[in-house]
Amino acid sequence: MKEYLSNIWKALATISIGMKVTFKHLFVPAVTIQYPDVKPELPERERNRLYVNMDDCIGCDQCARACPVDCIEIETVKAIPGEDLGKTSNGKKKALWVTVFDIDIAKCCYCQLCVFPCPTECIYMTDVYEFSEFERGNLVYDFVTLTPEEREEKKNNFAKFEAEKAAQKAAAAAPKPEAPKAAATVVEAPKNPGNGGEVKQ
Amino acid sequence: MMYDTLKTLLGSDILAMVIQAALPLIFVLTFVLFAVWLERKVSAHMQDRLGPMRVGWHGYLQTIADLLKLLQKEDIVSTDVDKPLFNIAPFLVFAGTYAVFAAIPFSSGFIGSEIDLGIFFIIGVSGLVVAGILMAGWSSNNKYSLLGAMRSAAQIVSYEIPTMLVVVSLVMVTGTMNLRTLSEMQSGYFWNWMIFGGPDMGISKFIFIPFMIIGFIVIYISTLAEVNRTPFDIPEAESELVSGYHTEYSGMKFAMYFLAEYANMFAVSAIVATIFLGGYQSPFGYLGNLFNAHWLIPFEQFFWFAAKGCFFVFVQMWLRWTLPRLRVDQLMAVCWKYLIPIAFVDLLIIGLITVL
Repeated sequence: MKEYLSNIWKALATISIGMKVTFKHLFVPAVTIQYPDVKPELPERERNRLYVNMDDCIGCDQCARACPVDCIEIETVKAIPGEDLGKTSNGKKKALWVTVFDIDIAKCCYCQLCVFPCPTECIYMTDVYEFSEFERGNLVYDFVTLTPEEREEKKNNFAKFEAEKAAQKAAAAAPKPEAPKAAATVVEAPKNPGNGGEVKQ
Repeated sequence: MMYDTLKTLLGSDILAMVIQAALPLIFVLTFVLFAVWLERKVSAHMQDRLGPMRVGWHGYLQTIADLLKLLQKEDIVSTDVDKPLFNIAPFLVFAGTYAVFAAIPFSSGFIGSEIDLGIFFIIGVSGLVVAGILMAGWSSNNKYSLLGAMRSAAQIVSYEIPTMLVVVSLVMVTGTMNLRTLSEMQSGYFWNWMIFGGPDMGISKFIFIPFMIIGFIVIYISTLAEVNRTPFDIPEAESELVSGYHTEYSGMKFAMYFLAEYANMFAVSAIVATIFLGGYQSPFGYLGNLFNAHWLIPFEQFFWFAAKGCFFVFVQMWLRWTLPRLRVDQLMAVCWKYLIPIAFVDLLIIGLITVL
């Protein structure tokens, strides 16, 4: 009988304690952030969309090699001697034209591993996180600042330079086999009399 | 009073009757729109979040948006259901709920139909809901629905008993089952309400108070179980029975169940308010009396009635977000082992006090 009454008492008491707690929570301000009108405050070094400052890029390919998901594609073309590409912001002289620098931002896992190897600190993470697109193709970002014609031009320049070098090499290589032959005969002739005098037995 | 005014206004018997029958329906529909919004906001703020905020100011038009959505949904009826039962069940549930509104006095000027057996009629007709729920569960051809419906039938039928016992004890005190007379008896100030012992100022009034309060708590809990609200919402337990007996319903029929649940909540709160807390009587006296504008009084009474009903609905929502759900055997234990003995002892004591 005592347990029966204590059950009733416990039930009523605990229910009223619970109700007091819920009632107090009615007056606690909500923790919801109403997103599109109010943006949440992000930490200072939050990792969001990547950005590449092409003026500083020397085309070293370290970021592409460091990327764990292979989202960076880099293609470079050597500059022909005599061409001036300018300096990076920390004084290095650039020697490569970067013709392709694609980052597939859909593949990017925002790990920041590409930021650290860069010698000129030209690739870094910004605080942009709202960049959704309607077409998936629009998510492949192309950072190169040269126009397509300029890229072709650089490639062609280099190809021409290479061709010229190869032609020069060929031209240098063609008389070369004759020259040693002629040199051999010239060399051997004085050798014979010398040989006669110095025959060792 | 309302009927006569309408009759003189419109001149036609039938039109007056139709309007008088339709008015509680309009009230119920507006109330449901308000109650669904209130439930979502109250539950949200109790959980430290915001609830609907975008549709209208703080989301008050959200219910209308939901209603439009439910209206245009496809009415899916699976092939193996028992078609007549499946189609009639929602309407039966709503009819059982709505019939209760016929006997509740909204104000001294408006009562749907003055029945001398008011409370008896109400408790009887709200049992129609059991039939509707059983039909829904059985015809859905789904074991979860069947389980939900069976549990619901057991629950509603067993919780009618404590309700009836408390009502009988009240009838013993007041001598009438007519709800309008009950409300009129509690006129004056709030100490004339039944929960504070009733209108006659004798020593018996003060002895009644603790037993009246016990009766109030018992009837509030048992009517909470009748409308399938937490902590007694096993039949529609969202996490256990995938929505219980209304799993297979979609579109307008589901909206009917929804409507019926909120209408039932209000009906039951209104009954508890009427028999214990003075129905449409104001606790402080009337502004109409103050300014000698006697035509204002029925409207004021309606306001007090709606306020008390809404307050008890708010307490029901508060309980829903405080308490965990009871297991079905605990539910039955609460009814048969605790509420019924308490109500019975209460009845005996109140009877003794009345006689002596």
